[in-house]
Amino acid sequence: MAASKISFKRRAQLTLRDMKRGIPLYIMIAPFMLLFFVFVVYPVLKAIWFSFTDFNVLEKANFVGLRNYQKLFLDDTNFITAIKNTFIIAVIVGPGGYIMSFLLAWMINELPHKVGTVLTVIFYAPSMAGTAVISVFTQIFSNDSNGYLNAFLRSLGMNDPILWLSDKEFIIVVVILASLWMSMGVGFLSFVAGIKGVDEAQYEAGAIDGIRNRWQELWYITLPNMKPQLLFGAVMTITGSLSVGSIGDSLVGFPSPNYASHTIVNHLNDYGSIRMEMGYASAIAVILFLIMIVCNGLIQKLLRKVGT
Amino acid sequence: METIKRLYQNYLNKKKSKDFTPFVKKSQRSFWGNVILGLFLLVMALAFFFPVVYMVSQSLKPMNELFVFPPKIFVTNPTFDNYRDFANVLANTVVPMSRSLFNSLFVVVIGSVGHIVLASLCAYPLAKYKFPGSKFFNQIIVYSLMFNSAVTMIPNFLTIAGLGMLDTQWAIIIPGFASTLGLYLMKNFMEQIPDSLMEAAQIDGAGYLRIHFTIVMPVVKPALVTAFIMVFQSFWTNTGDKFIYTEAQKGFAYVVGQVASGKVAGVGTSYVGISSASSVIMFAVPLIVFLIMQNNVVSTMATSGMKE
Repeated sequence: MAASKISFKRRAQLTLRDMKRGIPLYIMIAPFMLLFFVFVVYPVLKAIWFSFTDFNVLEKANFVGLRNYQKLFLDDTNFITAIKNTFIIAVIVGPGGYIMSFLLAWMINELPHKVGTVLTVIFYAPSMAGTAVISVFTQIFSNDSNGYLNAFLRSLGMNDPILWLSDKEFIIVVVILASLWMSMGVGFLSFVAGIKGVDEAQYEAGAIDGIRNRWQELWYITLPNMKPQLLFGAVMTITGSLSVGSIGDSLVGFPSPNYASHTIVNHLNDYGSIRMEMGYASAIAVILFLIMIVCNGLIQKLLRKVGT
Repeated sequence: METIKRLYQNYLNKKKSKDFTPFVKKSQRSFWGNVILGLFLLVMALAFFFPVVYMVSQSLKPMNELFVFPPKIFVTNPTFDNYRDFANVLANTVVPMSRSLFNSLFVVVIGSVGHIVLASLCAYPLAKYKFPGSKFFNQIIVYSLMFNSAVTMIPNFLTIAGLGMLDTQWAIIIPGFASTLGLYLMKNFMEQIPDSLMEAAQIDGAGYLRIHFTIVMPVVKPALVTAFIMVFQSFWTNTGDKFIYTEAQKGFAYVVGQVASGKVAGVGTSYVGISSASSVIMFAVPLIVFLIMQNNVVSTMATSGMKE
């Protein structure tokens, strides 16, 4: 209440005073922030503007109001499929990958340092190798009866090989599995580093206070101490799991058979990099952006409950 | 200055004692819990390591084994022919290999080191101080991670052209400085540094910059390392998109990518072997950096025994 009674003039004075005090801080952030605004913020604002135009890279952009958005939701059935697929993938890969990276990071911390480092490398390796490992997935899920998975299933008594990479029922399953495989990325690394940072003294104090097993320790000590890393991991997971696209491309080609694994990012690249309808592609990017912001808000709320 | 020295010494002692104490009192570990965790980790590690093993084994296969049907996982007659072929192709490119390798190294080294310095300078004030605008900057950084870069490439191209950086290395390096991923990671780790550590330094008359380089940076070393690995990798694997800005300055990853996909004349079907050898080499470089960096992070944060 008191704050709202302060007059505008007084508040301006106070802000000015704080700003003067913060001058060294402003100087510290200035170099990065300058580049950030020039190379990140400005292009994003420009792209948001494009989403209201018919920009096609070659001609001058004309303002078309909300027509791109209207077309997306009313006329573009592929986009609706893409939203649906993206959510199916994200709902599994997001929480799945997040929990898996945390649990693995936590278990690694229970091991001796050297073994832990080796395991960290192993789990991070698929993400580090990037697209180079996709050929392995193609081999595993190969359609013919000699693909590793099919051969294995056949040895168990199955007769017909499953068309993992062309049957529209299975494509999305394969994409989900491959994405989970690649989901131990930067979030995982930050968990590993974060868990090591939890103060050992707290575990000792916890043991005295009656924490009995490692699960209680995890919930009451480790997790609350790692909130910044959990937040970082959550943002990584949101951006990663909602932007799945290139994995499907490399596995089944673009566009996927019957749009079975067509995601928002696939749709975006279709219009942005192939058809060069930049205005329309920007509208897709804006929608994806809004979806991510909403998810981020929800997950931040959930994370506040950790350890309580 | 005395207090800082004392606190820092304290921290180092804590760290030492932590590294060398043979036992830390933790809550009980049940035997079966250990067995289950161990088995689980083993299975997961095998699953995650499989793609890498496959990749390496593939690169050691002679031509007749590469095309054998049904495909085998492990190589029977390992040979380094693929690596030799790969080296031969690289040695015979029109533009000497040393050029593209130099291009890449230049970008990777300047880009990664510069990013870490600039971003950490920006992360520290944003993580630990409140000043007018700090909340806005923090928010905008998180949101900037969520916008798809496919549609921001054209505005960026125009900016880079306007700054006269087209066809130079700076067109990759300078926008790369402004990547917010590393900044966000470091900022989240810095939030965990107890305020008391910095207050003590301030009382002793240390300025922000001094605190940053003598206290903050050493304490968040795990985050710096993680951010470095991340940035290194993104510069190293940079092949396609960003090179629309620098047609004349192709890097190593680009050339290798062209060779690996069989786009270089005179390679013929042997590109399958060459491509698998090249993916191992492309993977090995960040892996080595990762191992060196991880080894440097023995342990952890300065939070020991200093709770607010």
